[in-house]
Amino acid sequence: MQKGEKLNDSQEIRIGVFICHCGTNIANTIDVKKVAEYASKLPEVTFASDERYVCSEPGQALIRDSIKKHNLNKVVIASCSPRMHEPTFRKTLEAAGLNSSLLEMVNIREQCSWVHMHEPKKATEKAKALVASAIAKAGLLEPLYPLKFKVTPSTLVVGAGIAGIQASLDLANKGFKVYLVERAPSIGGHMAQLDKTFPTLDCSACILTPKMVDVPRHPNINLLSYSEVKSVDGFIGNFKVVITKKARYINEVKCTSCGVCAEKCPVKNIPSEFNLGLGKRAATYVPFPQAVPPTYTIDKENCLWFTKGVCRVCEKVCPANAVDFSQEEQEIQVDVGTIIIATGYDLFDVKQKPEYGYEMYKDVISSLEFERLLSAAGPTGGKLVRPSNGIEPRKIAFIQCVGSRDVQTNPYCSRICCMASIKHAHQVKEKHPDAEVSVFYIDLRAFGKGYEEFYARVQQEGVNFVRGKAAEVYKEPNSDNLTLVFEDTLLGEVQEQEFDMVVLAAGLVPRTTAEPIQKMLKLSLSPDNFFLEAHPKLRPVETQIAGVYLCGCAQGPKDIPDVVAQASAAASQASIPLAKGEVVAEPTIAYVDQDLCCGCKVCESVCVYDAIEVEATDENGKAKVNEALCTCCGSCVAACPARAITLRGFTSEQISAQFEALLKPAQQRD
Amino acid sequence: MNAQELIQKHKLLECIHCGICTGSCPVSRNAGLNIRKYMREVVAHGDVTVHSQNELWSCTTCATCGIRCPKEIIPYEFLIDIRSLAVEKGQVAATIRDALESTFKNGNPWERIRSKRSEWTQGLEIKHISQGAEMLYFVGCTPAYDPRAQKIARSLAECLGKANVDFGILGVEENCCGSEIYGMGEKGLFEFLVEENMKIFRKHHIERIVTGCPHAFHTFKNRYDQTDFEVQHHTQLLSKVIEEGKLTFSKELKKQVIYHDPCFLGKQNGVYDEPRKAIESIPGVKLLEFDRTRERSLCCEGGGGRMWIDITGPRLAENRVRNATKYGAEILVTACPFCLSTFEDAVKTTGLEGKIQIMDLAELLSLAL
Ligand SMILES: Cc1cc2nc3c(=O)[nH]c(=O)nc-3n(C[C@H](O)[C@H](O)[C@H](O)COP(=O)(O)OP(=O)(O)OC[C@H]3O[C@@H](n4cnc5c(N)ncnc54)[C@H](O)[C@@H]3O)c2cc1C
Repeated sequence: MQKGEKLNDSQEIRIGVFICHCGTNIANTIDVKKVAEYASKLPEVTFASDERYVCSEPGQALIRDSIKKHNLNKVVIASCSPRMHEPTFRKTLEAAGLNSSLLEMVNIREQCSWVHMHEPKKATEKAKALVASAIAKAGLLEPLYPLKFKVTPSTLVVGAGIAGIQASLDLANKGFKVYLVERAPSIGGHMAQLDKTFPTLDCSACILTPKMVDVPRHPNINLLSYSEVKSVDGFIGNFKVVITKKARYINEVKCTSCGVCAEKCPVKNIPSEFNLGLGKRAATYVPFPQAVPPTYTIDKENCLWFTKGVCRVCEKVCPANAVDFSQEEQEIQVDVGTIIIATGYDLFDVKQKPEYGYEMYKDVISSLEFERLLSAAGPTGGKLVRPSNGIEPRKIAFIQCVGSRDVQTNPYCSRICCMASIKHAHQVKEKHPDAEVSVFYIDLRAFGKGYEEFYARVQQEGVNFVRGKAAEVYKEPNSDNLTLVFEDTLLGEVQEQEFDMVVLAAGLVPRTTAEPIQKMLKLSLSPDNFFLEAHPKLRPVETQIAGVYLCGCAQGPKDIPDVVAQASAAASQASIPLAKGEVVAEPTIAYVDQDLCCGCKVCESVCVYDAIEVEATDENGKAKVNEALCTCCGSCVAACPARAITLRGFTSEQISAQFEALLKPAQQRD
Repeated sequence: MNAQELIQKHKLLECIHCGICTGSCPVSRNAGLNIRKYMREVVAHGDVTVHSQNELWSCTTCATCGIRCPKEIIPYEFLIDIRSLAVEKGQVAATIRDALESTFKNGNPWERIRSKRSEWTQGLEIKHISQGAEMLYFVGCTPAYDPRAQKIARSLAECLGKANVDFGILGVEENCCGSEIYGMGEKGLFEFLVEENMKIFRKHHIERIVTGCPHAFHTFKNRYDQTDFEVQHHTQLLSKVIEEGKLTFSKELKKQVIYHDPCFLGKQNGVYDEPRKAIESIPGVKLLEFDRTRERSLCCEGGGGRMWIDITGPRLAENRVRNATKYGAEILVTACPFCLSTFEDAVKTTGLEGKIQIMDLAELLSLAL
């Protein structure tokens, strides 16, 4: 509403009241005719009527015609919940030339006829009271105008696994600017660590690398790798983001990725994060050969110059003069209209299940480690060997549901592990056809397209599927092999079998590194601690914070096909405000009477949305509402000791009038 | 308790039949006990299937099934309820019946008279708790009566005395803690023992208890539903007084020692580090580890009433002592009178006498005092 604008004081108030039958939903319990008749006698009511379905086209026509015929300037509709049809009726008012805020709805279905089905008399009385109360408020309604904000046509994408990469490419291809922030030295996420992908067995790197390479090349994408989001302020359309770019100590522009620095680096025994500790790297490194960007990074924690003040060999040998020990962390500020969270997952820490002897036995490994052992670019060059002795395994067991479907750890199903182990079983058979492979499962979940078929194929290849969660892994004294204890639940028999390798199909858990961004944006988490979507079915990639979207395993465990589909969905949703160029916000928000405000900041302390702030002037700072962030919750209104704050559409006078009408003794309603 | 009540109480409908309970069960293979199937039968048949005594009474209540269950069902508690049904109907082995009767009559399941309960103290100066002491040493039935286990009590008393711990005992007033009675399913008798014991503890204003028996420790700590007193296992107290320098050693013990985690101390109460710390503090001792250690420790088959019923089949304790020698241990140390007893038997049946010694932690420590 523009300041000071009101209905012309001299203008007569003419209210129209429409009581809906909702077929029999309302009319079977409430005497709608009686309610309409009662309403028609109330002050300021010019016209009152009942109608079988007010929301139907004839019903809406009745409203439109009555507005014109009776020159109505306020409308009260008693029907179902405003959540159903308030938007419908607002449009009806607008079509008849009335401001849409001059509508007041009364819910006499969910809150009256349905809950008082067996007491029609009392229900009718209650409906009368509710309608009278709405009429009292309607008399005081004033026109309000929606708020509009300009949108910065760019998006921040946090996390550059396959989810973040896909979302970024989609948005960039639509013509919007993207800032893609990735914590790690390279983009790619977990998909870069996989060897092949189920169910089609495409080589993971072969399908991922082209997308990875497209990212820095795209004119609309600004890739900020080895970077983290430091702060986010603002609101949909107008986020201000500060990003910290960590120092690589190697100049990204100059580095030609020749690798001489790593070759000559004397510190060579650092467990490679990318290979999950199964291989080693130098203190100067790229995580993997296809890394994007291909720039080398000096790891400050292990570099001799930073730890002992000696060496700097890399600096001497670099033919491109790219090594720069004076590099410092940089702060970059960007403005974006929308944000996509794609921070992915961590693998469940299998040490939490001591019965499987991970860490005790070198030949007990996690499923992701197994991927690295299969990979041609992995620590063994793709040779599948036992980590303990480098010899080919002849008998391998896969243990499913490690940490998943388990109320002590992760109650949920991690969704990808069944298929990942089936894939692994196939890969073992491919490399060593004579190897014996057993998969120990509780239920095999092969739900995706082509998954059941792939499972059947792997069964045909001779893999032994055993129904039973493996109970324990141990070693007999002086044995090289692992003994696995399990119940074959289909036989009801407990067995012990020796294996020379055991792979734990660990579940997926939320990234711990996602916590800062979750706190910054005040995003909610679902009970499984993954990010919570705005609605599980109808708004699956939105969050409850306008302008912030989710995709990939950040939202919950899923396979690559689902991740990619969801990433495209998030990109599409995130582009809507950008394409529109403006966002429209509800006009029902708080405003501050500057004359009454004493700048005490109580409002600031109660607002959980950071939507009200006392401006820092020399003295006499006044509270100001951030119209885009205000959600109309009313906390500041109630807390303000000076009564300086009002909610548009819910003023104190309006609410008091409603109360007065409601509290009127029932006898006075006849 | 009928099938419906069992289903409700033990959340049997939530079982996903993953089989980790039965797979983890130390006796499932030898005795044929399939606890998962037992639970399924109740759901599927709406009735409790009767199984052989050998199966039903083989459970040692080691608790591994419940600890590992991904749905937080506690199969061994279900099994104890099935035992209760058998006890109610009197369908139990004579030896179990006698143990229960003796506990009711004499306060111990060993069919020994109450007046002999402090026999083990002969020659030692140990005060009665009524003479005033900071801490009660709760001896327990087996260390009080069993000639071999009495040495645990005597050694512990020696260690505590040396460390100047101010403790007293209940003497003939002491009763069975009820741990094994609970495991046998005689819950009425268990409740009775709880009441009796709480009366005695209150009478003597007991605030701290130390015990050498993990079964008493577990029962006081987790089954008595009390806040009157704190209970410690002797491994905890001993490692503490060693750490504080109150218990010192004058002798070197050049021995290879392997430690066995009792189920009621380790798996059920997470006490893993204290006994190891105590062992390693003895000069000269080298501590070895079983492969199946800590959370994967193999049950000795002494718990759940198994001391009073003979179950046919090979013994896990034999596997344990055999492996101990294979790892090169000269002494197998444990911290539970039942483990001690089953291992002593196993040394004989495996013919390993003279090759390995079985000791409680307190006995080992007292060797080096
Ligand atoms: C053993 C195994 C085998 C698998 N095999 C298959 C298969 O064959 N087929 C298949 O379809 N799926 C498979 N999957 C599943 C697949 O890995 C995932 O679906 C996919 O990788 C998820 O991608 P993502 O981008 O959501 O998450 P991630 O790959 O986890 O990417 C998240 C990215 O965000 C970054 N990040 C995290 N926090 C921040 C932050 N705060 N700031 C900036 N960046 C951050 C991370 O560094 C990472 O690069 C497998 C999974 C496992 C464990």
